[in-house]
Amino acid sequence: MAAKKAPEKSNVSKEELIKFYREMLLIRRFEEKAGQLYGMGLIGGFCHLYIGQEAVVVGLEACTKEGDKRITSYRDHGHMLACGMEANGVMAELTGRSGGYSKGKGGSMHMFSREKHFYGGHGIVGAQVPLGAGLALADKYKGNDNVTFAYFGDGAANQGQVYETYNMAELWALPVIFVIENNHYAMGTSQARSTKSETLFGRGLAYGIAGEQVDGMDVLAVKEAGQKAVAHCRAGKGPYILEMMTYRYRGHSMSDPAKYRTREEVEKMKSEKDAIEHVRDLLLNAGLSSEDELKAIDKSIKDVVNASAEFAKESPEPALSELWTDIYA
Amino acid sequence: MAVEVLMPALSPTMEEGTLAKWLVKEGDVVKSGQIIAEIETDKATMEFEAVDEGIVGRILVAEGSAGVKVNTPIMVLVEAGESADAAPAPVAAVVAAAPVAVAAPVVAVAVAAAPVAVVSKASPDWAAGTPMKTMTVREALREAMAEEMRANPNVMLMGEEVGEYQGAYKISQGLLDEFGPKRIVDTPITEMGFTGIAVGAAWGGLNPIVEFMTFNFAMQAIDHILNSAAKTNYMSGGQLGCPIVFRGANGAAARVGAQHSQDYAAWYAAIPGLRVVMPYSASDAKGLLKQAIRDPNPVIFLENEILYGRSFEVPDLPDFTIPFGKARVWREGSDVTIVSFGIGMTYALEAADILAKDEISAEVIDLRTLRPIDYDTVLASVQKTNRCVTVEEGFPVGSIGDHLASTIMQRAFDYLDAPVITCTGKDVPMPYAANLEKHALVTTAEVVAAVKSVCYR
Repeated sequence: MAAKKAPEKSNVSKEELIKFYREMLLIRRFEEKAGQLYGMGLIGGFCHLYIGQEAVVVGLEACTKEGDKRITSYRDHGHMLACGMEANGVMAELTGRSGGYSKGKGGSMHMFSREKHFYGGHGIVGAQVPLGAGLALADKYKGNDNVTFAYFGDGAANQGQVYETYNMAELWALPVIFVIENNHYAMGTSQARSTKSETLFGRGLAYGIAGEQVDGMDVLAVKEAGQKAVAHCRAGKGPYILEMMTYRYRGHSMSDPAKYRTREEVEKMKSEKDAIEHVRDLLLNAGLSSEDELKAIDKSIKDVVNASAEFAKESPEPALSELWTDIYA
Repeated sequence: MAVEVLMPALSPTMEEGTLAKWLVKEGDVVKSGQIIAEIETDKATMEFEAVDEGIVGRILVAEGSAGVKVNTPIMVLVEAGESADAAPAPVAAVVAAAPVAVAAPVVAVAVAAAPVAVVSKASPDWAAGTPMKTMTVREALREAMAEEMRANPNVMLMGEEVGEYQGAYKISQGLLDEFGPKRIVDTPITEMGFTGIAVGAAWGGLNPIVEFMTFNFAMQAIDHILNSAAKTNYMSGGQLGCPIVFRGANGAAARVGAQHSQDYAAWYAAIPGLRVVMPYSASDAKGLLKQAIRDPNPVIFLENEILYGRSFEVPDLPDFTIPFGKARVWREGSDVTIVSFGIGMTYALEAADILAKDEISAEVIDLRTLRPIDYDTVLASVQKTNRCVTVEEGFPVGSIGDHLASTIMQRAFDYLDAPVITCTGKDVPMPYAANLEKHALVTTAEVVAAVKSVCYR
């Protein structure tokens, strides 16, 4: 992966590494549990797991302040957990229960939290890109220094509305960071089979938008690039593009047999580039943590995830009267 | 040979204009292509070029003259040594402008003849004795936006040519001067992108008004209108309402062909989560647009280019709104209920006038909003008249009329003395030819015939 590495001697603290470890592990364990519940028939419809890509959202959330906004596609569970939404509410939405963030009416792809400034969860590929720029426009209009993170994949990067948005975002100097989570496959179509562009961030240059490619499997590299992008936006210099080179371990959705790539390719990423193992190694090799300490974290995460699964099973289905509520504000 | 230069039609819907300024005087030599006058239409001030060469023999219409009808001779061009007095009679006149001038009024004639003077018998929208002023639909829309922008700093307007150009149809004229470029945002031609941005801005706390130059172009942005704006409040369990107005010209203008002439009323009315408004009069345009801007939901506000220049009485009040879901009874009657909305009201009211001469008393209802629909007013009227005809310019399949017919059948079947007849546009893409276009739209004659049919007359 031809992307920038984190500095060899990072001045990252133990506390921060532990935080990254904990947050990435929460996403992974949560997603594994979601996959399990899907297999049991407790989760229906489409369910897109974030396993493998955890470093992207965790590294970027480390660059945010209160008031910053985020919006993404249907592969959204990780983004929600990373911005502080409760595992219980997310899991209960997956099971379509009243305790879910959307009272069971949104599902895996459509969840929101005003409180955490999470604006979805969008099922139409690429739609979140102009929507995110619009959130940024509102902040600029109000004169604050908030930024919006608009996440999309390498597949969405071929939608025309992305480039309509690039054009206006740069024209109006909107404080939006376009985060391309390039996991190399748009469902079953590899990047090479969908574009001749060598990089995706490079397309932004045509609109005058600065950007760079980042090792999205390295949470420290992600954070460093994120800080640079955030500083650019907060200074009123307009949008910035981060192309995060990442990888999803699971299929596009739960029903994807993933025949378009080899088992060896997946195994190689898992064994050589795994984001969580990377941080774990940093903690252990530098003597910052003990195995026991990390085991204790593993257990606490498992407890949170198990509790969320219990909550999601126990939470009642929405009352039939909910069919007719929330159509209008 | 002397040639008469005629008042040109400078837009598809122009019927008359102001001869703002002559740039030549009698005795001047004029070359083909030379700008000879400035003509003000209801939309813009346009430069008018000479087609023929010659000497200005006589200026027939003084500068500053308003209300000059299209095709009126405005100047006589003569050849050297020729007298202007020898100019041929107007019959032989050469049309100086685009051939639109000849054909454009074909559709407009029926419209111009519409009974603007009809006054709603009972108007519950404002107190009796309220002072009234005359204004066009265009002015009413502009006033509505300006008033709401003064009242709420988060209201902003975005769209193509809304600012520096002063609006493609002059609806936003003067707003850039008053509110500045932060609140009156000119966008590139990029409907999907700017609609998505506007929806995001609404979630972010603004109250955007999105102007589509016409609703035909909103098809480029339909995903954001439906999937992003209309559905998200529901999908978020009530967390993410979208206070936004999508407004612009909808339906047929005149002679602009199939891609620019579609009525989307029934399409949008089918979508839960949207509000759909389609005003006819200037007072409704104003009161409903102000209501739309204040509504916490996405509102589709369907205007009509032909109605923009029409004048109506509007209450002279510092602030008034008209609630959604309340039809207006324009004319009370006892024999038949005619239900319409938007420009369809011109045919409905015109038909009612004609029918009155045949002693058929028609009650004419303007729905004003199509989501929600005021079923109660329609049903109460049908229970009184026992007959119903619906009128709209949209396509027949899945029309608003179809929906009303089925509602009446289900809720007032025993009151009906005849099947409901739905008068709609024809089931064809809009043709360009003037005669075909006229027949593709619903006509007053069809409404009259439908009423006579349900009355067994």
